[in-house]
Amino acid sequence: MTAIGVETLGMTMRFGAFTALDNCSIKIAPGSFHALLGENGAGKSTLVKCMMGFYQATAGQMLVDGREARITDPKAAHARGLGMVYQHFTLVPSLTVAENLVISREDVPNVIDWRAERLELQAFMAGMPFQLPLDQPVRTLAAGEKQKLEILKQLYLGRRFLILDEPTSVLTPDEADEVLSHMRRLCQEGAISVLMITHKFREVTAYADEVSVLRRGKLVGGGKVADLSHDDMAALMMGDAQLARPADRSGTRGAPVLELDGIRAVDRTGLKDIEVDGLRVHAGEIVGVAGISGNGQSELMEILTGQRPCQSGEIRVNGRAYTASRTEAQSHNIRFLPEEPLFNACAPRMSVSDNIGFRSFDTDGGFWLSRRKMRARAETLVRQFKVKTTTIDAPISALSGGNVQRAVLARELSGEVDLLIISNPCFGLDFSAVSEIRARIMTARNEGAAVLIMSEDLDEIMELTDRVLVMSEGRVTYEATTAEADIASIGHHMGGHA
Amino acid sequence: MTLSSTAERTTTARPGLGLAGLARRSEAVLLPIGALLVGFALFSLFLLVQGKSPTDFFALVYRAGFGTAFSWENTLSRTAPLLLAALCVALPARLGLVVIGGEGAIVLGGVGAGYAGVLLSGTSAFIALPIMLLIAMGIGALWIGAVGALRHYRGVNETIASLLMAYIAIALMNHLVEGPLRDPASLNKPSTAPLDEALRVGNVPGWDVHWGLAFGVIACLLMWVLIEKTTWGFAAQIAGGNARAAQVQGLPVGKLIIGFAALGGALAGLAGFFEVAAVHGSANGSLASGYGYTGILIAFLARHNPLAIIPVAVLLAGFEASSGLVQRRMDLPDATVLVLQGFVFVAILMSETLYGRFKIFTPERWRSA
Repeated sequence: MTAIGVETLGMTMRFGAFTALDNCSIKIAPGSFHALLGENGAGKSTLVKCMMGFYQATAGQMLVDGREARITDPKAAHARGLGMVYQHFTLVPSLTVAENLVISREDVPNVIDWRAERLELQAFMAGMPFQLPLDQPVRTLAAGEKQKLEILKQLYLGRRFLILDEPTSVLTPDEADEVLSHMRRLCQEGAISVLMITHKFREVTAYADEVSVLRRGKLVGGGKVADLSHDDMAALMMGDAQLARPADRSGTRGAPVLELDGIRAVDRTGLKDIEVDGLRVHAGEIVGVAGISGNGQSELMEILTGQRPCQSGEIRVNGRAYTASRTEAQSHNIRFLPEEPLFNACAPRMSVSDNIGFRSFDTDGGFWLSRRKMRARAETLVRQFKVKTTTIDAPISALSGGNVQRAVLARELSGEVDLLIISNPCFGLDFSAVSEIRARIMTARNEGAAVLIMSEDLDEIMELTDRVLVMSEGRVTYEATTAEADIASIGHHMGGHA
Repeated sequence: MTLSSTAERTTTARPGLGLAGLARRSEAVLLPIGALLVGFALFSLFLLVQGKSPTDFFALVYRAGFGTAFSWENTLSRTAPLLLAALCVALPARLGLVVIGGEGAIVLGGVGAGYAGVLLSGTSAFIALPIMLLIAMGIGALWIGAVGALRHYRGVNETIASLLMAYIAIALMNHLVEGPLRDPASLNKPSTAPLDEALRVGNVPGWDVHWGLAFGVIACLLMWVLIEKTTWGFAAQIAGGNARAAQVQGLPVGKLIIGFAALGGALAGLAGFFEVAAVHGSANGSLASGYGYTGILIAFLARHNPLAIIPVAVLLAGFEASSGLVQRRMDLPDATVLVLQGFVFVAILMSETLYGRFKIFTPERWRSA
């Protein structure tokens, strides 16, 4: 088994008017360990999906072992020895290791001779750098072992060029080190070549030979890992920081409104902890939480909305303990704008009018519901916030993404706002909706609201916020005023290397 | 927390006004009627295969269920428990729960009321009947409220849990009326001791139908008001429409789920009370006569709207009332009516996938040609 080299030439991928990948040429030499770095949405996934035949590139070529290869679908990629290990497991939990390996083959006979297969598998295992018990059901394996099995599966299938899509995101740091060092050894032995998508600089330095950095669909740099420092990588990843001019600010910073102390909770995978201590958001300021997704931002949002229990710690609003109840939210004028509003802030099949009424339908404390008042309020807000809908009785799911977000803003930003907690407010919206929504957030701040915004879009954070925090591995690892913040060190901390 | 997609469909946009509103309203009426007709058509094929005439069948159903004053009385007294059983499905459905075990609450509510009646024998009806009624409702509320609690706190699927708990309830009833609570005088049919004549619930004055019908209709009206006209009902609709959004709004999703499930269970327990106090005169195996299951069909046909439950329950009660006559006249087994219900139910479940598919009913799509 010998490694193969892969090269892309001018790979370009357009989705409609949007260019996800722009003239990208990278070369992975046989037996090398190549890292692909970039922010969320930089085009890393698009590039590997083009290489694996999931997408048909709009333009560009691919060379496998120096010869042109037309990869029309994933099967064609497999036939040439290209394989991919996904971020999430693709194993059958109830089957054993041996069974998972055998069923992954394309040429499984109708009747399987398990005795022969087992002998073959034992011989195969013996030649591998790491072993797994063949008869153990996959559900009893630890995450690191599952990831090893995914890799073994690729080798068993004869793949000699492996794409790893953030292979360590579901692993503990120790498991990650073990898996990656095995991969590196296989590369050094010349058995395989690896292209690894990652956000973590540490993994790049420790295991990769070469690195390519993508930004906004373009290859912006790269080279031998030995020649690049973390600062160089951060600078490449962040670009030359052509940041949007901050919007007009007015007013002064007031007393702290939101205070988080000693918060501890378990993250979504259940493997890591979220720890937030000493987070303060003052009246009249916007605090931004930057970071690569999956580093605890969505968990922080869930803690603040009462959807995730805390093991310890205290949340205070205006100096009083806060338990995320409706009455507290109403008395402190706390508003939430979760990401993907249709799925997190709306009942899709209820009408625009009803959805706008979610926050205020019971504010009189009454038992009777006044549909007439709700409709009148909805009519006014739909006009004020320019929500485009046929009538306020249309189900909200019939609206475009920008108009759903406008309807939710209308609901949450009307009336007095003292604390506004936002997550990725502009994700997936067009430019006009984006600038309008950012202007509304800025207005709320200028009128004295305390704003906490979690965003994967660093430009958004730099444009909107007064203070920036970086979250990495469930912790706040960096804090600075936005005016003094150094883009390189933000990138540095986002990459998990302090 | 995840909610099943069928359940999310039960919380729909309000129809609104004008032509667009009329179109949205028609969808909720015409699609169930269409499904009912499809069910009838499939059932007609079933009859034809056996060499029976569908027209004879439907004529007979009309005569036995709705043709005479006597058949109307028969139909309406069967309507009473069906109204309450259907509410036991429709109320949790507002929160996205598909509860199909109302039968359990009916059966245990009936046993509770029957045994309480035995203990209170000799007491004034003004004291005894309200106590029996409250005991029946309380037991029903605990039984179905437990289903809601299992769902909210432990993530147990409420559909399966309620169905299995209905089997437990029936077994428990059989154990009680054949064992500890059995009247030694009941020989062929083990029962609790018969209620005093004074503790029997009579008929609505001027009708030959017991008070259960009046309670059932009033319950439907009250539940409609609760769901459509109060802040609690609206909060439940939000939680049923999207539990995550409700949590972000700080609404007490767990309390709403358990509360609405318990309320539905209380009404099913009330049905059990009337079956004992107005129909059978004691608690026995006749309590498990399938009203809880027919109630599921009624609630789905009525799109979980308490007002629509009233006519649908009358229609289905008429079919059930005719089963005896169908058996005698057409030489068909009395389970034939269950076959009809089955066909209608399959048709109604399939019609759930059609909402929003017809352009005429969806004003949002009128403009785009």
